[in-house]
Amino acid sequence: MRILIRNGRLVDPASGRDAPGELLLADGRIAALDGEARGASAEQVIDAQGLVVAPGLIDLSARLREPGYEFKATLESEMEAAVAGGVTSLACPPDTDPPLDEPGLVDMLRRRAKALARARVYPIGALTVKLEGARLTEMAELAAAGCVAFSQANVGITDTQVLWRALQYAATFGYSVWLRAEDRWLAGGGVAHDGEVATRLGLAGIPVFAETVALATLIELVRATGTRVHVCRLSSAAGVELVRAARREALPITCDIGIHHAHLSEIDLGYFDAQCRLDPPLRSRRDREALAQALADGTIDCAVSDHTPVDDDHKLLPFGEAEPGATGLELLLPLTLKWGGERRLGLAQTLARVTSEPARILGVGAGRLAAGAPGDVIVFDPDAPFRVLPGALKSQGKNSPFLGYELAGRVRSTLVAGRVVYAQP
Amino acid sequence: MPRNPQLNARGELQHLLSIEGLPREILTQILDTAESFVGVTEREVKKVPLLRGKSVFNLFFESSTRTRTTFEIAAKRLSADVINLNIATSSQSKGESLLDTVANLSAMQADVFVVRHASSGAPFLVARHVKPHEHVINAGDGRHAHPTQGLLDLYTIRHYKREFGGLVVAVVGDVLHSRVARSLIHGLTTLGVPEVRVIGPQTLLPAGVEALGVRVFHDMSAGLRDADVIVMLRLQNERMTGALLPSAQEYFMKYGLTAEKLALAKPDVIVMHPGPMNRGVEIDSSVADGPRSVILPQVTYGIAVRMAVMSIVAGN
Repeated sequence: MRILIRNGRLVDPASGRDAPGELLLADGRIAALDGEARGASAEQVIDAQGLVVAPGLIDLSARLREPGYEFKATLESEMEAAVAGGVTSLACPPDTDPPLDEPGLVDMLRRRAKALARARVYPIGALTVKLEGARLTEMAELAAAGCVAFSQANVGITDTQVLWRALQYAATFGYSVWLRAEDRWLAGGGVAHDGEVATRLGLAGIPVFAETVALATLIELVRATGTRVHVCRLSSAAGVELVRAARREALPITCDIGIHHAHLSEIDLGYFDAQCRLDPPLRSRRDREALAQALADGTIDCAVSDHTPVDDDHKLLPFGEAEPGATGLELLLPLTLKWGGERRLGLAQTLARVTSEPARILGVGAGRLAAGAPGDVIVFDPDAPFRVLPGALKSQGKNSPFLGYELAGRVRSTLVAGRVVYAQP
Repeated sequence: MPRNPQLNARGELQHLLSIEGLPREILTQILDTAESFVGVTEREVKKVPLLRGKSVFNLFFESSTRTRTTFEIAAKRLSADVINLNIATSSQSKGESLLDTVANLSAMQADVFVVRHASSGAPFLVARHVKPHEHVINAGDGRHAHPTQGLLDLYTIRHYKREFGGLVVAVVGDVLHSRVARSLIHGLTTLGVPEVRVIGPQTLLPAGVEALGVRVFHDMSAGLRDADVIVMLRLQNERMTGALLPSAQEYFMKYGLTAEKLALAKPDVIVMHPGPMNRGVEIDSSVADGPRSVILPQVTYGIAVRMAVMSIVAGN
């Protein structure tokens, strides 16, 4: 099947290209651009007049909730949400039930995802058995089953001996380890940023140093072991500074933020809005500003949706009892565009944070528009407005702090491996 | 920021969820109304018909004797029907959610829900989901607010001091976990008290408490100097089990109110306590029972204040 996308504005974040052109897909890959593509015959032609053609988004954290939490979301619902949001590759953290700590579970997840033939799914294996932070998982077996990295999801390892050994073992075989930086003792019991708003609302606080203490430990262990570590979901200005210093020494550390942290702060909790109950918590406006800036200057490599569908039974609760998390797959593109617009960044530079940069961390060939690259492409209208309403979301999770917001950026077509997997009706 | 959920479109009190964000006029209206009810509670026939035919549901998700009783008395003196539900020991332990419980009671034709809950913000969640003619009164939510307690404290201060301008009010103890302190501080700053002090060890003061408009003291003697009002907070026994405090004895040595420390305040100082008291932990018996204590009158005024709140939100 050959598909030609014509008349579009081709934006390739990897090369910085932003110019009109043609794109030909064949045999699951990008076959040619511009002149070579123009005259080619194709079975299907997509007219992208007035639209942007870009690599599909690569989301380094999307919870599909299988296995174990099918009442919150299923692979079917979330894969539809992914492609509707222009996400063509996603990494899913191991905090399923049971956690992804056995090759059989990973294999099953990959088969299920493959059968649905929507976005590409990259499972992240558990770093320790049952995520309990005590015994190492069979990382080589898990890698053979398809795990691209190892993680503890949101559950930290309190025993630093175990953390050290896990990093050493992973480094032995060249595996990446993706970790949150949060000291579980300092964060213990907290539900909101330990600041003015939590004090006013009487919510138990999570201090910034819960992040920096854990981050400092992690940086020292990276220095000792040389392990490639990806720090997930930074939340504070002080955390950004530690990462900046570590990168100056050329330590193999990368990091991301949840895209909502570039837009929201503790102020948005308003009168106990449980939609803003997130993990890590929304911090001060100064922190938000530092995160948005660091994402622009590259200290933060990429933004993720941190997609976490939560059912009403676990969200319609008093703030501290509500389950943390927000749906995100369908909002990653518009929220990234909003961030880039506010920072006055070009479209290529904006999209790099959700395409070529996460591709580099994931070690995959997608995330670029070049002959030979995987045929993962989206066609979208960056200016099309829409209101975030529960009914407009394909995800089974309708939980979002952005409900009611007017955002811009709608996907018209999503192609994975050279096949149209979503077309806006 | 969304509209203050306590007020209706005309700016009148629809629910009482927190003192924070209420205008001075509404606080004054509540205190004035309470004053008119103090007379009622002293009459032989202690009833007025303001809420006749209305149903008040006391929904206590956390156990309480005193607050629940005073709400019950207040509602009965307004001629309402009162239904007490001690949910700490019923449906929630069977797994029913907060909103399901409220929906079921709403189907039984409630007019007022008096809600106490261990989670901060729970009454806000209830208020967002009740019918337009139903009213929610917060009877204490987590560490967040206890607005009727704050109002009765304000009432007591106004009764003894007449004016709020020029006062120095010292709040002593476990501010971190105290909904009483948060409500009172908002009330005092709204009504124009020029100096509100909080006194306690760093472990019992929340992060950035200065943003509430208070001065922080760690030395109790310095904090009590020239105070017009001293509010002692209850110290829960479980605070001694973690890393917040070493012992009740040491706490009393540093932050217990004794006659000696009381002498540093103004001669006409009043001493308040929201109860229940831990004698010998936060307050010495000689002070609790002494001439400067107004702890029992607080309880009496509490009934009038709760009558005022219920009649304002639910009366026509």
